[in-house]
Amino acid sequence: MIKFQNVSKCYGHTAILKNISFDIKQGEFVVLIGPSGCGKTTTLKTINRLIEPDNGKIFIDGKDITKANPVELRRTIGYVIQQIGLFPNMTVEQNISIVPKLLKYPKQKCQEIVQDLLALVDMPYEENAHKYPTELSGGQQQRIGVLRALAASPPIILMDEPFGALDPITRDSLQEEIKRIQKKLKKTIVFVTHDMDEALRLADTIIFMNNGKIVQMASPEEMLQNPADSIIKSFLGKHMDNGNGVPKLFAEDFMKTKVFKVPRTSRTLECIKLMSSKDVNSLVVLNDDDTYLGTVSIEDIKALGKPGKEIAELVTNDVITVSRKEGAQIAFDKLLSSKSNYVIVLNDNQTVAGLITRTSMAKALGEALWGEVL
Amino acid sequence: MSGALLEGILEHMAIVSIAVLISSVLGIIMGIIAYWVRFLDSVILWVSEVLQTIPSLALLALLMIIFGLGDITMIVGLVLYALLPIVSNTYTGLKNVSPHLKDAARGMGMSKMQRLFKVEIPLSFPLIFSGIKIALVNSLSVAVMGVLIGANGLGTIIYRGIQSRNMMNILMGAIPVVIMALVFDFGMSKIEKKLIKRTK
Repeated sequence: MIKFQNVSKCYGHTAILKNISFDIKQGEFVVLIGPSGCGKTTTLKTINRLIEPDNGKIFIDGKDITKANPVELRRTIGYVIQQIGLFPNMTVEQNISIVPKLLKYPKQKCQEIVQDLLALVDMPYEENAHKYPTELSGGQQQRIGVLRALAASPPIILMDEPFGALDPITRDSLQEEIKRIQKKLKKTIVFVTHDMDEALRLADTIIFMNNGKIVQMASPEEMLQNPADSIIKSFLGKHMDNGNGVPKLFAEDFMKTKVFKVPRTSRTLECIKLMSSKDVNSLVVLNDDDTYLGTVSIEDIKALGKPGKEIAELVTNDVITVSRKEGAQIAFDKLLSSKSNYVIVLNDNQTVAGLITRTSMAKALGEALWGEVL
Repeated sequence: MSGALLEGILEHMAIVSIAVLISSVLGIIMGIIAYWVRFLDSVILWVSEVLQTIPSLALLALLMIIFGLGDITMIVGLVLYALLPIVSNTYTGLKNVSPHLKDAARGMGMSKMQRLFKVEIPLSFPLIFSGIKIALVNSLSVAVMGVLIGANGLGTIIYRGIQSRNMMNILMGAIPVVIMALVFDFGMSKIEKKLIKRTK
């Protein structure tokens, strides 16, 4: 889909890109990562010709992009920047429909696009379309920034550290959303970041760059197992097993599988009974298809619940979730930084696999240090 | 006398508004050219600055040689005189639009013209508007000089007062100029504040 052939770029006497070549397949999520000044953003910007290389060729679908009109080329490539870049003089709707309007789509179609896209990120049209960017939170603004890039359904989307300026929790949920959107819409995404967590989480393929060269291009798993260079090792940092004999652990290795679950339709009284009989103070609530909906605590029921009410109305979503293949260390980090005493572990199909409490974390650490503990 | 006063005010306003209108169009175009063509920016800004430093009386006298006596000379003089704030505010405004927004606009596939009209001018409009305000308020007082080159306006009434040492007459000409300046300054500052809100 995208092919770089010996691409070089100099600014004055400093070479920013040195003879870069790589291929990106259709539908692939590629993350460019490396220390600042390594040329990752320059690489990204050569794809939509915001920067023209001095040497080498770039092909999209087999066509040399220098043969295309740059303005028209850019309309077929989505672009999201770190600073969000929503136009403050336009409403959410106007911002999203910029490219469709440039492409002269009829008005009706522009509006449909905006409605569909806002639904994709759970921001109701009536409530949000006519707001100005300053009336939105940072996370919502960048959601709109992403939607704006999707508006004319370009096959390729370029993202330049899009979540770099967001707080960790918002970043988490936006990462999940972009991964979901990418799978659903089958876009080819080229994503620049300096955050290895983000790269490991999102990428199908990671391209690690340093000093204008590609050091390694590999899947996240392969990069973790065989980092090609010491600089990659230092970037991987906490994700590495450090060679001290501690095996690579995943969230699933130390979760408790005994979880008290209730369907969303159960009543408050049933839940209180279950909690008291099992001696727990919160329950996991499931959707009708057994996927994870949220949790409900005894405090919430006491404060807000009325007898006979459906439990779904009291469900909160503030417990952090991790996937079962998430590294142990990431899961521990999340647990330690979260306000609740546990994190929920989810299977790939969003059903509940188990949960990690502070006790099970301490047990896992003890085992790693001293072998089996009771 | 009150008929003459009303006539003076209307003539004064007409001369000033025609001049500021022309100056705005010219000044905004010059500001855009200065912004687009990098090596021209210092030239354009320098010319408009020099125009402003010429004493207004001398400028009018020079123009009188070309255009003769009358309102036209006054309008041309005011146009030249009002250019600086408009040109420099347009230029500064366009230049100071956040580089990220320019990057986003370019990356989304807007042409140079589309970027100018959809993003850059709307976002720098409060500053451009403030330049026009300064030009207008300045022009109101400079236009009083018109009497010396045979143009109409409130200058006539003031000059008549000076000639006849009639304090009443001088004030009758001067006070409306002050009031007009204050009213425009106040009103346009209000509008400016509203404009700024939508571009931050």
